[in-house]
Amino acid sequence: MTHAQLQNLAISETGFVFDPRTGATFTLNPAGLTVLVALRDGLALDGIVARVHERFEAVPAGSARQDVVEFVQLLRQHGLVPASFTV
Amino acid sequence: MLQPHVIAVTGLNATDNPAPGVGVLRSLRADARPGDRLVGLAYDALDPGIYAEDLVEDVFVLPYPSSSGDAYLSRLEYVHERAGLDVIIPTLDAEMPAFIALQPRLRAMGIAMLLPTREQLDLRSKATLPRLGARADIDVPRTAVLTSAQELAHVHERVPYPLLVKGLFYGATLAHTHEEAVAAFHKAAAQWGLPVIVQECVQGEELNVMGVGDGEGGLWSAVPMKKLMLTDKGKGWAGITIRDPELVATAERFVRETHWRGPFEVEVIRDRSGRYWLIEINPRFPAWVHLATSAGVNMPRAVARLAAGERPAPQPDYEVGVMFVRISLDQVARLEDLERVLTAGEICRREHERPTRPLVGAA
Repeated sequence: MTHAQLQNLAISETGFVFDPRTGATFTLNPAGLTVLVALRDGLALDGIVARVHERFEAVPAGSARQDVVEFVQLLRQHGLVPASFTV
Repeated sequence: MLQPHVIAVTGLNATDNPAPGVGVLRSLRADARPGDRLVGLAYDALDPGIYAEDLVEDVFVLPYPSSSGDAYLSRLEYVHERAGLDVIIPTLDAEMPAFIALQPRLRAMGIAMLLPTREQLDLRSKATLPRLGARADIDVPRTAVLTSAQELAHVHERVPYPLLVKGLFYGATLAHTHEEAVAAFHKAAAQWGLPVIVQECVQGEELNVMGVGDGEGGLWSAVPMKKLMLTDKGKGWAGITIRDPELVATAERFVRETHWRGPFEVEVIRDRSGRYWLIEINPRFPAWVHLATSAGVNMPRAVARLAAGERPAPQPDYEVGVMFVRISLDQVARLEDLERVLTAGEICRREHERPTRPLVGAA
């Protein structure tokens, strides 16, 4: 199930993110955008990693998983997901 | 058919710390009815709003409200005679007591305003904010109200350092030490008189919500805003509307508890735990008033209509993510307009009163 906070984010195709709750804005690179959209689509970790590999063939097999976990930590730090959110 | 109005607006100073008047005029102009006329009421010959020909037709200079009450009323009577006012929207803290006191006499002249009572105004003053917070179930940082600098010697027992030293109407200085607090106390007292307010400095995100109370405990509308950029004076130079139900609920509790009548702005700090702390309540529109109009809620127009006895339906909805970025621009003004303001204290553009020859000596 996708967290409500993720559903409320305004996300553009160019990676611009607006959090209507706080007024904060962020920019994402293509990989970050892929992960955030996958999170909002409600995918679990395996599904997100699979989507990253689909979009970015050059990503090494082992690192994508760790990158996603670290990205979610960034989202927690910036308040885009609650501190208790896990993937 | 809705009747046109002649609406006067004060607060035409639009410098680096702008008053709300120009923003109010922009909102009224954006939704002007055929026959509407906007009148500016200024306190200084170089108030920028005077020279905004696209916003305001007639302008009259008023004496300061701290001057004789009779002089102030007399000037308003003259303005009414010349312009035929239907509504006045005051926008400055310092003039609110005068307009509230004059409300019955202005009403008898046919001029309507949507203002709080003197009791309501005093209830949200900085000195009594903790009491209001307790009544309305809104958290207020630890606060002490001081009438002498000697009281600062032990204020840390109630309000920890670093603390904010605030004037009654305006200004806040952060003091880390007793010496800094004493200096700030004297500065605030010299500028705004006594008492001086000392308040705990809560760390967090500053948020604002602007709204209109209907005078019956109801909230006509509220629009929250997050500042994106601050000037060196701490004023918002850019901001964005946000979705913050708790902040709107704070505004609702304020209005319900006080039966507030008219515009207001609530300033809060949201700390890291998500708790909201009430910092200040301004009894008028903020300078960013036009942002709410751009987000779909024209509060100045609503205030004019409510003052005039109309009953526009409340507007709880607004567009989130509407941004403003303030700009400094050199507004070209006519020397003849300055001449009129300095010599006659008024400009009546609607009567096309222009000198038939240029000023002698003008290049």
